[in-house]
Amino acid sequence: MALARAPRRLHRLELVAVRGVMVREVINFSSFWRSSTFSSTVDPTIYLLAFGFGFGSLVSRVGGYDYVDFVGTGVVATTVLFSGAFPAMYGTFIKYSFQHTYDAILAAPVDTEELVTAEALWVAARTGMYGCVPILVAMVFGLQPSLGMLLVPLIAGLAGFGWAATGIFIAARADRIESFSYWQSGLLTPMFLVAGTFFPLTRLPEWAQIAGNFNPLFHCVQLVRHAAFGFHGAADLGHLAFLSVFALVMWRLAIRFMERKLIL
Amino acid sequence: MRQPTSQTTCAIRLRGVVKRFGALTAVDGLDLDVPYGTCVGLLGPNGAGKSTTMKALTAQVIADHGELEVLGFALPADSKQARAEMGVVPQLDNLDVSLTVEQNLLVFAHLYRVPKADRKAAIDRALEIANLADRRRSKVDQLSGGMRRRLLIARALLHQPRLLLLDEPTVGLDPQVRQELWALIDLLRSEGVSILMSTHYIEEAERLCDQVTIMSHGKAVAVGAPTELIREHAGPEAIEVYGPPARLIEMEAIAQAKGWRTRRTGTSVAVLHANGAPLDGERRVTNLEDVFVLLTGEEIA
Repeated sequence: MALARAPRRLHRLELVAVRGVMVREVINFSSFWRSSTFSSTVDPTIYLLAFGFGFGSLVSRVGGYDYVDFVGTGVVATTVLFSGAFPAMYGTFIKYSFQHTYDAILAAPVDTEELVTAEALWVAARTGMYGCVPILVAMVFGLQPSLGMLLVPLIAGLAGFGWAATGIFIAARADRIESFSYWQSGLLTPMFLVAGTFFPLTRLPEWAQIAGNFNPLFHCVQLVRHAAFGFHGAADLGHLAFLSVFALVMWRLAIRFMERKLIL
Repeated sequence: MRQPTSQTTCAIRLRGVVKRFGALTAVDGLDLDVPYGTCVGLLGPNGAGKSTTMKALTAQVIADHGELEVLGFALPADSKQARAEMGVVPQLDNLDVSLTVEQNLLVFAHLYRVPKADRKAAIDRALEIANLADRRRSKVDQLSGGMRRRLLIARALLHQPRLLLLDEPTVGLDPQVRQELWALIDLLRSEGVSILMSTHYIEEAERLCDQVTIMSHGKAVAVGAPTELIREHAGPEAIEVYGPPARLIEMEAIAQAKGWRTRRTGTSVAVLHANGAPLDGERRVTNLEDVFVLLTGEEIA
Protein backbone atom coordinates (compact mmCIF):
# COMPACT_ATOMS: atom_id res chain seq x y z
CA MET A 1 0.00 0.00 0.00
CA ALA A 2 1.63 3.21 -1.08
CA LEU A 3 0.36 6.40 0.43
CA ALA A 4 0.27 9.49 -1.70
CA ARG A 5 3.27 11.60 -0.83
CA ALA A 6 2.38 14.52 -3.04
CA PRO A 7 3.62 17.58 -1.20
CA ARG A 8 0.73 19.87 -0.55
CA ARG A 9 0.41 23.03 1.38
CA LEU A 10 -1.38 22.47 4.63
CA HIS A 11 -3.68 25.31 5.56
CA ARG A 12 -4.32 26.72 8.97
CA LEU A 13 -7.85 25.51 9.56
CA GLU A 14 -8.30 22.32 7.59
CA LEU A 15 -11.55 20.44 7.31
CA VAL A 16 -9.76 17.09 7.32
CA ALA A 17 -8.11 17.86 10.68
CA VAL A 18 -11.34 19.17 12.23
CA ARG A 19 -13.18 16.11 10.99
CA GLY A 20 -10.51 13.79 12.39
CA VAL A 21 -10.92 15.22 15.89
CA MET A 22 -14.71 15.02 15.58
CA VAL A 23 -14.48 11.37 14.52
CA ARG A 24 -12.74 10.69 17.81
CA GLU A 25 -15.57 12.41 19.70
CA VAL A 26 -18.28 10.59 17.77
CA ILE A 27 -16.68 7.19 18.36
CA ASN A 28 -16.25 7.98 22.06
CA PHE A 29 -19.83 9.25 22.24
CA SER A 30 -21.03 5.86 21.09
CA SER A 31 -19.86 4.51 24.45
CA PHE A 32 -21.52 7.11 26.70
CA TRP A 33 -24.47 8.50 24.74
CA ARG A 34 -26.96 6.80 27.04
CA SER A 35 -25.93 8.63 30.20
CA SER A 36 -25.52 11.90 28.36
CA THR A 37 -28.93 11.62 26.71
CA PHE A 38 -30.50 10.56 29.98
CA SER A 39 -29.42 13.72 31.80
CA SER A 40 -30.25 15.94 28.84
CA THR A 41 -33.77 14.51 28.74
CA VAL A 42 -34.54 14.09 32.40
CA ASP A 43 -33.19 17.48 33.55
CA PRO A 44 -35.56 19.60 31.44
CA THR A 45 -38.44 17.33 32.33
CA ILE A 46 -37.79 17.92 36.02
CA TYR A 47 -37.56 21.67 35.48
CA LEU A 48 -40.80 21.65 33.55
CA LEU A 49 -42.55 19.62 36.20
CA ALA A 50 -41.17 21.62 39.11
CA PHE A 51 -41.67 25.07 37.66
CA GLY A 52 -44.65 24.23 35.52
CA PHE A 53 -46.68 22.74 38.33
CA GLY A 54 -45.02 24.69 41.13
CA PHE A 55 -45.06 28.23 39.79
CA GLY A 56 -47.68 27.36 37.24
CA SER A 57 -50.20 26.89 40.04
CA LEU A 58 -49.45 30.41 41.32
CA VAL A 59 -49.24 32.23 38.02
CA SER A 60 -51.04 31.25 34.86
CA ARG A 61 -49.60 33.85 32.49
CA VAL A 62 -46.17 35.42 32.41
CA GLY A 63 -44.89 38.04 30.00
CA GLY A 64 -47.88 37.44 27.76
CA TYR A 65 -47.41 33.67 27.57
CA ASP A 66 -49.04 30.72 29.29
CA TYR A 67 -46.57 29.78 31.98
CA VAL A 68 -45.94 26.29 30.59
CA ASP A 69 -45.15 27.85 27.21
CA PHE A 70 -42.89 30.40 28.87
CA VAL A 71 -40.97 27.81 30.84
CA GLY A 72 -40.99 25.17 28.13
CA THR A 73 -39.16 27.46 25.74
CA GLY A 74 -36.98 28.92 28.49
CA VAL A 75 -35.69 25.53 29.52
CA VAL A 76 -34.25 25.09 26.02
CA ALA A 77 -31.70 27.70 26.96
CA THR A 78 -30.77 26.05 30.24
CA THR A 79 -30.33 22.77 28.39
CA VAL A 80 -28.05 24.52 25.94
CA LEU A 81 -26.02 25.94 28.81
CA PHE A 82 -25.77 22.64 30.66
CA SER A 83 -25.11 20.43 27.67
CA GLY A 84 -22.74 23.00 26.17
CA ALA A 85 -20.59 24.64 28.82
CA PHE A 86 -20.30 21.77 31.29
CA PRO A 87 -19.26 18.92 28.98
CA ALA A 88 -16.81 21.30 27.32
CA MET A 89 -15.30 22.36 30.65
CA TYR A 90 -14.96 18.92 32.12
CA GLY A 91 -14.26 17.14 28.85
CA THR A 92 -11.46 19.53 27.94
CA PHE A 93 -9.89 19.41 31.37
CA ILE A 94 -10.03 15.62 31.56
CA LYS A 95 -8.65 15.16 28.06
CA TYR A 96 -5.89 17.65 28.78
CA SER A 97 -4.90 16.73 32.31
CA PHE A 98 -5.81 13.13 32.93
CA GLN A 99 -5.99 11.35 29.59
CA HIS A 100 -3.33 13.37 27.75
CA THR A 101 -5.49 13.03 24.67
CA TYR A 102 -4.49 16.43 23.33
CA ASP A 103 -0.82 15.45 23.44
CA ALA A 104 -1.61 12.60 21.08
CA ILE A 105 -3.78 14.71 18.78
CA LEU A 106 -1.28 17.55 18.51
CA ALA A 107 1.48 15.10 17.61
CA ALA A 108 -0.63 14.30 14.52
CA PRO A 109 -1.06 16.94 11.80
CA VAL A 110 -3.65 18.86 13.83
CA ASP A 111 -3.12 22.31 15.34
CA THR A 112 -4.71 23.75 18.47
CA GLU A 113 -7.03 25.93 16.40
CA GLU A 114 -8.40 22.88 14.61
CA LEU A 115 -8.62 20.91 17.82
CA VAL A 116 -10.61 23.58 19.67
CA THR A 117 -12.85 24.22 16.67
CA ALA A 118 -13.66 20.54 16.32
CA GLU A 119 -14.39 20.10 20.02
CA ALA A 120 -16.68 23.14 20.07
CA LEU A 121 -18.46 22.08 16.87
CA TRP A 122 -19.13 18.64 18.21
CA VAL A 123 -20.56 19.96 21.48
CA ALA A 124 -22.62 22.44 19.44
CA ALA A 125 -24.07 19.60 17.38
CA ARG A 126 -25.08 17.84 20.57
CA THR A 127 -26.66 20.94 22.12
CA GLY A 128 -28.57 21.51 18.89
CA MET A 129 -30.02 18.06 19.33
CA TYR A 130 -30.58 18.18 23.08
CA GLY A 131 -32.02 21.68 22.83
CA CYS A 132 -35.08 20.21 21.13
CA VAL A 133 -35.87 17.90 24.02
CA PRO A 134 -37.51 20.50 26.31
CA ILE A 135 -39.73 21.63 23.44
CA LEU A 136 -40.84 18.06 22.86
CA VAL A 137 -41.41 17.53 26.58
CA ALA A 138 -43.34 20.82 26.85
CA MET A 139 -45.58 19.64 24.02
CA VAL A 140 -46.66 16.80 26.27
CA PHE A 141 -47.67 19.47 28.77
CA GLY A 142 -49.63 21.44 26.22
CA LEU A 143 -47.19 23.53 24.17
CA GLN A 144 -48.64 23.95 20.66
CA PRO A 145 -46.24 22.89 17.85
CA SER A 146 -45.34 25.59 15.35
CA LEU A 147 -43.28 25.77 12.19
CA GLY A 148 -40.77 28.21 13.71
CA MET A 149 -39.78 25.55 16.22
CA LEU A 150 -37.87 23.85 13.40
CA LEU A 151 -35.28 26.59 13.89
CA VAL A 152 -34.72 25.65 17.54
CA PRO A 153 -31.87 23.18 16.81
CA LEU A 154 -30.05 25.87 14.84
CA ILE A 155 -30.46 28.47 17.57
CA ALA A 156 -29.45 25.93 20.21
CA GLY A 157 -26.48 24.90 18.08
CA LEU A 158 -25.25 28.46 17.68
CA ALA A 159 -25.62 29.26 21.36
CA GLY A 160 -24.18 25.84 22.17
CA PHE A 161 -21.07 26.62 20.13
CA GLY A 162 -20.59 29.78 22.18
CA TRP A 163 -21.07 27.94 25.46
CA ALA A 164 -18.81 25.09 24.38
CA ALA A 165 -16.09 27.59 23.52
CA THR A 166 -16.72 29.26 26.90
CA GLY A 167 -16.32 25.87 28.60
CA ILE A 168 -13.05 25.23 26.75
CA PHE A 169 -11.88 28.72 27.66
CA ILE A 170 -12.67 28.09 31.34
CA ALA A 171 -10.84 24.75 31.23
CA ALA A 172 -7.85 26.46 29.62
CA ARG A 173 -7.75 29.04 32.41
CA ALA A 174 -8.11 26.49 35.21
CA ASP A 175 -5.03 24.92 36.76
CA ARG A 176 -7.10 22.57 38.85
CA ILE A 177 -10.53 21.12 38.27
CA GLU A 178 -11.56 22.59 41.64
CA SER A 179 -11.31 26.12 40.23
CA PHE A 180 -14.36 25.33 38.10
CA SER A 181 -16.41 26.13 41.23
CA TYR A 182 -15.60 29.83 40.88
CA TRP A 183 -16.74 29.91 37.29
CA GLN A 184 -19.83 27.85 37.99
CA SER A 185 -21.06 29.80 41.00
CA GLY A 186 -19.69 33.17 39.99
CA LEU A 187 -20.67 33.20 36.33
CA LEU A 188 -22.76 30.33 35.07
CA THR A 189 -25.35 30.11 37.86
CA PRO A 190 -26.24 33.84 37.81
CA MET A 191 -26.42 33.70 34.02
CA PHE A 192 -28.67 30.70 34.22
CA LEU A 193 -31.12 32.50 36.52
CA VAL A 194 -31.00 36.02 35.04
CA ALA A 195 -31.91 35.01 31.51
CA GLY A 196 -35.67 35.21 31.45
CA THR A 197 -35.88 31.45 31.67
CA PHE A 198 -38.19 30.95 34.62
CA PHE A 199 -39.34 34.55 35.14
CA PRO A 200 -39.15 37.58 32.87
CA LEU A 201 -36.30 40.03 33.27
CA THR A 202 -38.84 42.88 33.41
CA ARG A 203 -39.67 42.01 36.99
CA LEU A 204 -36.05 42.46 38.10
CA PRO A 205 -34.39 45.69 39.29
CA GLU A 206 -33.12 47.88 36.50
CA TRP A 207 -29.43 47.01 36.96
CA ALA A 208 -30.24 43.33 36.66
CA GLN A 209 -32.24 43.98 33.51
CA ILE A 210 -29.32 45.82 31.99
CA ALA A 211 -26.94 43.04 33.03
CA GLY A 212 -29.35 40.51 31.58
CA ASN A 213 -28.99 42.09 28.19
CA PHE A 214 -25.33 41.08 28.19
CA ASN A 215 -26.21 37.52 29.02
CA PRO A 216 -25.99 35.29 25.92
CA LEU A 217 -28.46 32.95 27.52
CA PHE A 218 -31.08 35.72 27.58
CA HIS A 219 -30.71 36.20 23.83
CA CYS A 220 -30.96 32.48 23.31
CA VAL A 221 -34.16 32.35 25.38
CA GLN A 222 -35.70 35.22 23.43
CA LEU A 223 -34.86 33.70 20.06
CA VAL A 224 -36.25 30.31 21.02
CA ARG A 225 -39.42 31.85 22.40
CA HIS A 226 -39.92 33.97 19.32
CA ALA A 227 -39.19 31.03 17.05
CA ALA A 228 -41.98 29.17 18.78
CA PHE A 229 -44.53 31.99 19.03
CA GLY A 230 -43.63 34.44 16.30
CA PHE A 231 -40.54 36.44 15.40
CA HIS A 232 -40.10 40.10 16.34
CA GLY A 233 -38.12 41.25 13.30
CA ALA A 234 -35.29 43.62 14.14
CA ALA A 235 -35.18 42.63 17.81
CA ASP A 236 -34.53 39.03 16.84
CA LEU A 237 -31.82 40.02 14.39
CA GLY A 238 -30.25 41.78 17.36
CA HIS A 239 -30.48 38.61 19.44
CA LEU A 240 -29.00 36.60 16.58
CA ALA A 241 -26.18 39.10 16.15
CA PHE A 242 -25.41 39.01 19.86
CA LEU A 243 -25.24 35.20 19.88
CA SER A 244 -23.05 35.19 16.77
CA VAL A 245 -20.60 37.66 18.26
CA PHE A 246 -20.61 35.73 21.53
CA ALA A 247 -19.79 32.50 19.69
CA LEU A 248 -17.09 34.15 17.60
CA VAL A 249 -15.38 35.91 20.50
CA MET A 250 -15.42 32.87 22.78
CA TRP A 251 -14.16 30.65 19.95
CA ARG A 252 -11.11 32.86 19.44
CA LEU A 253 -10.51 33.20 23.19
CA ALA A 254 -10.74 29.44 23.65
CA ILE A 255 -8.14 28.93 20.92
CA ARG A 256 -5.85 31.61 22.30
CA PHE A 257 -5.84 30.22 25.82
CA MET A 258 -5.69 26.56 24.81
CA GLU A 259 -2.61 27.41 22.75
CA ARG A 260 -1.03 28.90 25.83
CA LYS A 261 -1.79 25.75 27.75
CA LEU A 262 -0.88 23.18 25.12
CA ILE A 263 2.07 24.74 23.34
CA LEU A 264 4.90 25.44 25.74
CA MET B 1 3.27 24.64 -2.62
CA ARG B 2 5.48 24.36 0.41
CA GLN B 3 8.30 21.99 -0.35
CA PRO B 4 10.79 20.84 2.21
CA THR B 5 13.07 23.80 2.75
CA SER B 6 16.31 21.95 2.16
CA GLN B 7 17.54 18.64 0.88
CA THR B 8 19.65 17.54 3.80
CA THR B 9 20.55 13.95 4.44
CA CYS B 10 19.08 14.15 7.90
CA ALA B 11 15.55 13.35 9.00
CA ILE B 12 16.12 15.57 12.01
CA ARG B 13 18.60 18.40 12.24
CA LEU B 14 18.81 20.67 15.29
CA ARG B 15 21.29 23.49 15.68
CA GLY B 16 21.78 25.51 18.84
CA VAL B 17 18.34 24.80 20.22
CA VAL B 18 17.56 26.54 23.47
CA LYS B 19 14.39 26.22 25.52
CA ARG B 20 13.84 27.94 28.84
CA PHE B 21 10.98 27.53 31.26
CA GLY B 22 11.28 30.56 33.50
CA ALA B 23 14.61 30.27 35.30
CA LEU B 24 15.15 26.68 34.15
CA THR B 25 17.03 26.09 30.92
CA ALA B 26 15.71 22.70 29.82
CA VAL B 27 17.56 22.58 26.51
CA ASP B 28 20.75 24.56 26.30
CA GLY B 29 22.21 24.90 22.83
CA LEU B 30 21.52 21.39 21.57
CA ASP B 31 22.78 20.11 18.21
CA LEU B 32 21.31 16.84 17.01
CA ASP B 33 21.36 14.93 13.73
CA VAL B 34 19.30 11.91 12.79
CA PRO B 35 20.54 10.72 9.38
CA TYR B 36 17.86 9.09 7.23
CA GLY B 37 17.43 5.39 7.89
CA THR B 38 19.27 5.36 11.19
CA CYS B 39 18.21 4.94 14.77
CA VAL B 40 19.54 7.63 17.07
CA GLY B 41 19.28 7.49 20.83
CA LEU B 42 18.91 10.47 23.09
CA LEU B 43 20.43 9.24 26.31
CA GLY B 44 20.44 10.96 29.64
CA PRO B 45 19.05 11.01 33.15
CA ASN B 46 15.63 12.39 34.03
CA GLY B 47 15.69 16.14 33.67
CA ALA B 48 18.43 16.17 31.03
CA GLY B 49 16.06 17.76 28.49
CA LYS B 50 15.16 14.68 26.46
CA SER B 51 11.40 15.04 26.66
CA THR B 52 11.53 18.76 26.00
CA THR B 53 13.59 18.03 22.90
CA MET B 54 11.08 15.40 21.75
CA LYS B 55 8.20 17.84 22.27
CA ALA B 56 10.03 20.51 20.29
CA LEU B 57 10.11 18.13 17.32
CA THR B 58 6.30 18.13 17.15
CA ALA B 59 6.10 21.88 17.91
CA GLN B 60 4.37 21.20 21.20
CA VAL B 61 7.32 23.02 22.66
CA ILE B 62 8.49 26.12 20.81
CA ALA B 63 12.24 26.70 21.11
CA ASP B 64 13.45 30.12 22.23
CA HIS B 65 16.49 29.96 19.93
CA GLY B 66 18.04 27.72 17.33
CA GLU B 67 17.13 25.98 14.11
CA LEU B 68 14.96 22.90 13.92
CA GLU B 69 14.40 20.93 10.77
CA VAL B 70 12.34 17.75 10.57
CA LEU B 71 12.11 15.81 7.28
CA GLY B 72 13.35 18.95 5.61
CA PHE B 73 10.59 21.15 7.05
CA ALA B 74 11.54 24.13 9.18
CA LEU B 75 9.93 24.21 12.60
CA PRO B 76 7.73 25.55 14.00
CA ALA B 77 6.40 27.18 10.81
CA ASP B 78 5.95 24.00 8.79
CA SER B 79 5.52 21.63 11.68
CA LYS B 80 2.16 20.35 10.50
CA GLN B 81 3.68 19.05 7.27
CA ALA B 82 6.42 17.35 9.22
CA ARG B 83 3.91 15.81 11.63
CA ALA B 84 1.93 14.42 8.71
CA GLU B 85 4.94 12.27 7.82
CA MET B 86 6.11 11.23 11.25
CA GLY B 87 4.82 8.96 13.97
CA VAL B 88 5.10 9.72 17.67
CA VAL B 89 5.07 7.23 20.51
CA PRO B 90 4.60 9.22 23.71
CA GLN B 91 6.06 8.45 27.08
CA LEU B 92 2.65 8.75 28.74
CA ASP B 93 0.02 6.35 27.56
CA ASN B 94 -2.70 8.49 25.99
CA LEU B 95 -4.88 5.85 24.41
CA ASP B 96 -8.67 6.10 24.63
CA VAL B 97 -9.21 3.41 27.24
CA SER B 98 -12.95 2.98 26.75
CA LEU B 99 -12.49 2.28 23.04
CA THR B 100 -11.34 -0.93 21.42
CA VAL B 101 -7.91 -1.44 19.92
CA GLU B 102 -9.39 -1.09 16.45
CA GLN B 103 -11.37 2.06 17.31
CA ASN B 104 -8.22 3.70 18.67
CA LEU B 105 -6.50 2.99 15.39
CA LEU B 106 -9.48 4.14 13.35
CA VAL B 107 -9.44 7.53 15.10
CA PHE B 108 -5.78 8.00 14.30
CA ALA B 109 -6.18 6.79 10.74
CA HIS B 110 -8.46 9.82 10.40
CA LEU B 111 -6.12 12.15 12.28
CA TYR B 112 -3.20 11.00 10.13
CA ARG B 113 -5.30 11.51 7.00
CA VAL B 114 -5.06 7.96 5.69
CA PRO B 115 -7.36 7.98 2.63
CA LYS B 116 -10.70 6.24 3.19
CA ALA B 117 -9.93 3.44 0.75
CA ASP B 118 -6.68 2.61 2.57
CA ARG B 119 -7.88 2.86 6.15
CA LYS B 120 -8.81 -0.75 6.69
CA ALA B 121 -5.57 -2.03 5.19
CA ALA B 122 -3.56 0.49 7.24
CA ILE B 123 -5.22 -0.67 10.46
CA ASP B 124 -4.68 -4.35 9.59
CA ARG B 125 -1.06 -3.70 8.77
CA ALA B 126 -0.42 -1.78 12.00
CA LEU B 127 -2.11 -4.52 14.03
CA GLU B 128 0.05 -7.09 12.28
CA ILE B 129 3.31 -5.24 12.98
CA ALA B 130 2.41 -4.75 16.63
CA ASN B 131 1.22 -8.34 16.93
CA LEU B 132 -2.22 -7.29 18.13
CA ALA B 133 -4.36 -8.75 15.35
CA ASP B 134 -6.17 -11.11 17.72
CA ARG B 135 -6.93 -8.27 20.17
CA ARG B 136 -8.53 -5.87 17.74
CA ARG B 137 -11.91 -5.97 19.45
CA SER B 138 -10.55 -5.78 23.00
CA LYS B 139 -11.11 -2.63 24.99
CA VAL B 140 -7.84 -0.90 25.78
CA ASP B 141 -8.38 -1.13 29.53
CA GLN B 142 -8.31 -4.92 29.18
CA LEU B 143 -4.81 -4.92 27.67
CA SER B 144 -1.56 -5.51 29.51
CA GLY B 145 1.04 -2.76 29.79
CA GLY B 146 3.13 -4.31 27.03
CA MET B 147 0.17 -4.59 24.66
CA ARG B 148 -0.79 -0.99 25.31
CA ARG B 149 2.73 0.10 24.44
CA ARG B 150 2.61 -1.95 21.25
CA LEU B 151 -0.72 -0.35 20.41
CA LEU B 152 0.85 3.08 20.87
CA ILE B 153 3.52 2.06 18.37
CA ALA B 154 0.92 0.63 15.97
CA ARG B 155 -0.99 3.91 16.21
CA ALA B 156 2.13 5.83 15.23
CA LEU B 157 2.69 3.63 12.16
CA LEU B 158 -0.75 3.86 10.53
CA HIS B 159 0.33 6.37 7.90
CA GLN B 160 3.65 4.65 7.20
CA PRO B 161 5.75 7.50 8.56
CA ARG B 162 9.29 8.07 7.38
CA LEU B 163 10.31 9.13 10.88
CA LEU B 164 9.38 7.68 14.22
CA LEU B 165 9.85 9.45 17.57
CA LEU B 166 9.91 7.16 20.57
CA ASP B 167 9.92 8.87 23.95
CA GLU B 168 11.11 6.38 26.58
CA PRO B 169 9.44 3.51 24.71
CA THR B 170 10.04 0.81 27.32
CA VAL B 171 9.85 2.74 30.57
CA GLY B 172 7.97 0.86 33.26
CA LEU B 173 7.83 -2.44 31.36
CA ASP B 174 9.23 -5.72 32.60
CA PRO B 175 12.39 -7.08 30.93
CA GLN B 176 10.68 -9.65 28.75
CA VAL B 177 8.23 -7.13 27.32
CA ARG B 178 11.07 -4.70 26.84
CA GLN B 179 12.87 -7.23 24.65
CA GLU B 180 9.74 -7.77 22.57
CA LEU B 181 9.62 -4.05 21.91
CA TRP B 182 13.29 -3.95 21.02
CA ALA B 183 12.65 -6.58 18.37
CA LEU B 184 9.79 -4.47 17.02
CA ILE B 185 11.88 -1.29 16.93
CA ASP B 186 14.74 -3.15 15.27
CA LEU B 187 12.33 -4.45 12.63
CA LEU B 188 11.17 -0.92 11.82
CA ARG B 189 14.72 0.31 11.51
CA SER B 190 15.54 -2.54 9.16
CA GLU B 191 12.62 -1.37 7.00
CA GLY B 192 14.29 2.00 6.64
CA VAL B 193 12.28 4.09 9.10
CA SER B 194 14.38 6.83 10.69
CA ILE B 195 14.06 6.65 14.44
CA LEU B 196 14.83 9.03 17.28
CA MET B 197 14.47 7.39 20.64
CA SER B 198 14.90 8.95 24.04
CA THR B 199 15.82 6.58 26.81
CA HIS B 200 17.57 6.35 30.09
CA TYR B 201 18.20 2.63 29.68
CA ILE B 202 21.79 2.15 28.69
CA GLU B 203 21.29 -1.32 27.29
CA GLU B 204 18.45 -0.13 25.10
CA ALA B 205 20.62 2.53 23.52
CA GLU B 206 23.55 0.14 23.08
CA ARG B 207 21.44 -2.48 21.37
CA LEU B 208 19.24 -0.42 19.12
CA CYS B 209 21.01 2.79 18.25
CA ASP B 210 23.44 3.45 15.43
CA GLN B 211 24.31 6.73 17.08
CA VAL B 212 23.69 8.14 20.51
CA THR B 213 23.70 11.68 21.77
CA ILE B 214 24.38 11.77 25.48
CA MET B 215 22.57 14.67 27.12
CA SER B 216 23.21 16.33 30.41
CA HIS B 217 21.63 19.56 31.63
CA GLY B 218 20.19 20.29 28.20
CA LYS B 219 23.46 19.89 26.33
CA ALA B 220 24.92 17.15 24.16
CA VAL B 221 28.04 16.01 26.00
CA ALA B 222 28.99 13.24 23.57
CA VAL B 223 27.87 12.09 20.15
CA GLY B 224 28.80 8.93 18.32
CA ALA B 225 28.24 5.23 17.81
CA PRO B 226 27.92 3.43 21.15
CA THR B 227 31.01 1.25 20.60
CA GLU B 228 33.12 4.22 19.54
CA LEU B 229 32.06 6.27 22.51
CA ILE B 230 32.88 3.43 24.84
CA ARG B 231 36.28 2.86 23.28
CA GLU B 232 37.07 6.53 23.23
CA HIS B 233 35.97 7.46 26.72
CA ALA B 234 35.89 4.32 28.85
CA GLY B 235 38.56 2.07 27.38
CA PRO B 236 38.18 -1.68 26.83
CA GLU B 237 37.57 -2.88 30.36
CA ALA B 238 36.53 -1.80 33.81
CA ILE B 239 37.61 -3.36 37.06
CA GLU B 240 35.00 -3.42 39.78
CA VAL B 241 36.63 -3.33 43.17
CA TYR B 242 34.40 -4.34 46.06
CA GLY B 243 34.95 -3.75 49.73
CA PRO B 244 34.00 -1.72 52.79
CA PRO B 245 33.75 2.07 52.34
CA ALA B 246 37.28 2.65 53.64
CA ARG B 247 38.67 0.26 51.02
CA LEU B 248 36.75 2.02 48.29
CA ILE B 249 38.08 5.43 49.30
CA GLU B 250 41.61 4.02 49.39
CA MET B 251 41.10 2.54 45.91
CA GLU B 252 39.92 5.86 44.57
CA ALA B 253 43.03 7.55 45.92
CA ILE B 254 45.29 4.93 44.31
CA ALA B 255 43.52 5.30 41.00
CA GLN B 256 43.74 9.07 41.11
CA ALA B 257 47.48 8.89 41.73
CA LYS B 258 47.88 6.64 38.70
CA GLY B 259 45.69 8.82 36.51
CA TRP B 260 42.94 6.22 36.16
CA ARG B 261 39.31 7.26 36.11
CA THR B 262 36.98 5.83 38.70
CA ARG B 263 33.28 5.62 39.19
CA ARG B 264 31.29 4.75 42.32
CA THR B 265 28.57 2.21 41.68
CA GLY B 266 26.96 1.74 45.07
CA THR B 267 28.96 -1.03 46.71
CA SER B 268 31.97 -0.90 44.41
CA VAL B 269 34.40 1.38 42.66
CA ALA B 270 34.81 0.84 38.93
CA VAL B 271 38.31 1.62 37.76
CA LEU B 272 38.62 2.54 34.12
CA HIS B 273 41.61 2.92 31.81
CA ALA B 274 43.64 0.69 34.14
CA ASN B 275 44.76 -1.29 31.08
CA GLY B 276 45.30 -4.68 32.63
CA ALA B 277 46.82 -3.40 35.87
CA PRO B 278 46.84 -6.23 38.43
CA LEU B 279 44.01 -4.97 40.59
CA ASP B 280 42.03 -7.23 42.83
CA GLY B 281 38.56 -6.96 41.37
CA GLU B 282 36.04 -8.16 38.84
CA ARG B 283 36.86 -7.39 35.26
CA ARG B 284 33.98 -6.48 32.96
CA VAL B 285 33.53 -4.84 29.58
CA THR B 286 32.86 -1.15 29.68
CA ASN B 287 29.48 0.26 28.71
CA LEU B 288 27.76 3.49 27.83
CA GLU B 289 26.94 4.13 31.42
CA ASP B 290 30.65 4.34 32.19
CA VAL B 291 30.98 6.86 29.40
CA PHE B 292 28.10 8.86 30.73
CA VAL B 293 29.36 8.94 34.29
CA LEU B 294 32.87 9.82 33.19
CA LEU B 295 31.60 12.68 31.08
CA THR B 296 29.05 14.13 33.43
CA GLY B 297 29.72 12.78 36.89
CA GLU B 298 26.07 11.71 37.08
CA GLU B 299 24.40 8.34 37.11
CA ILE B 300 21.82 7.75 34.40
CA ALA B 301 19.41 5.18 35.70
